[in-house]
Amino acid sequence: MSKAEVILLDCWISPFCMRVKIALEEKGVAYESQAEDLFGGKSELLLTSNPHGKVPVLLHNGKPVSESAIIVAYIDESWSSSPLLPPCAYGRAQARFWADYIDKKVFDAGKAIFMSKGEAVEVGKKDFIEIIKTLEKALGDKDFFNGDTFGFVDIIGIAMTSWFPAYEKFGSFKLEDHCPKFSAWIKRSWQRESVAKVIPEAEKVIEFVTMFRKMMGAED
Amino acid sequence: MAEEEAVKLFGTWRSPFSRRVEIALKLKGVDFKYYEEDLTNKSHLLLKYNPVHKKIPVLVHNEKPIVESLVILEYIDETWKEGFPILPKDPCQRSHARFWARFLDEKCLPAIEEACLRSVDREKAVEEACELLKLLENELKDNKFFGGETIGLVDIVASVISCWLKAFQQVAGVELLTKEKLPKLCEWSDEFVSHAVIKGCLPPSDKLLASLRAHFETVASKELCT
Repeated sequence: MSKAEVILLDCWISPFCMRVKIALEEKGVAYESQAEDLFGGKSELLLTSNPHGKVPVLLHNGKPVSESAIIVAYIDESWSSSPLLPPCAYGRAQARFWADYIDKKVFDAGKAIFMSKGEAVEVGKKDFIEIIKTLEKALGDKDFFNGDTFGFVDIIGIAMTSWFPAYEKFGSFKLEDHCPKFSAWIKRSWQRESVAKVIPEAEKVIEFVTMFRKMMGAED
Repeated sequence: MAEEEAVKLFGTWRSPFSRRVEIALKLKGVDFKYYEEDLTNKSHLLLKYNPVHKKIPVLVHNEKPIVESLVILEYIDETWKEGFPILPKDPCQRSHARFWARFLDEKCLPAIEEACLRSVDREKAVEEACELLKLLENELKDNKFFGGETIGLVDIVASVISCWLKAFQQVAGVELLTKEKLPKLCEWSDEFVSHAVIKGCLPPSDKLLASLRAHFETVASKELCT
């Protein structure tokens, strides 16, 4: 399969793009990443491929698929090796529920930490920890959200943790102190080649988020 | 357990999210027992089955709860595989159906609510909502339904437009879904509500109108007080 059959409209710092890259790596699918400049000017291809004009967009034989969780599901359905979802309908429903929960809660809660100041940071931190605690409960004593193997919810979740070093810095806390099991899951997931390859170094993420929050008008 | 007891649905008569699950079950010909919830006094069963969000709808199948309407719709499609297909088989078409279902819930509905409830800058809110609905309308292309020749996931999710939006705009005095602005979507709506199964699944319009009027009055009086 030539690389050009699978193209990802990408941005290195986007956790949503990371999800797609991790999924492709897990499936052993060759792909070409085309970097989008989200601040300088989006490409024509991006604007015509996705009604929202957002990354990630996966182009498979020229056909676009948008929305990261939908793309990961598409990847799972198109390349059947190493399935990312459990085989039974109920297990799949549980997985979709937690992916949806992560989608609706984690990024916004983290943003509330680094965009706030004063008392609001403490409130943001408390909310964020509560959300992670809920996820930790869902994880239980399993190695991964998917059970024994790394799967759909793990991919959806682990990409979001790429920005956690920034939340910890601006919120002055260590997630490990509050959610040890969740932190253990993060470490376990990082042992996977796909994750280690895709997620940027913490320092680079912190550097970006510092610049980003300044750009968005958060004051110190 | 009686066959009917094996599938339970907790919902409310006026929730579009609850009704879409009913539509899916009826299209599949699945028998179920329905429980009407009072959201001002949630039952212990609802709180037990959906401890995270504490919301309806909840589908309970052989005592296992499934929550979030879009998740429930996919569960129904995968569990009762032999019945009416809700999602297409092709992965690319499935991803499009999922995309537009989400678009409806995450973009269109909040914009419609803004347009109907906002008093300041209302014209702008109405314009924004219309633009989003136009994007959705384009997805119909030359088809009768979003699912093509037959109803699919997006049609079921879009039932909120064919019924609730009409009531909303009447109560709010706003013009969103009109033949001038969205001709194809209007045509789709008429076709959709006349479908034999759909007809029986939508709330009675006079009851819905009365309920929305009461809701709007509560919202409006709260605004006056702040």
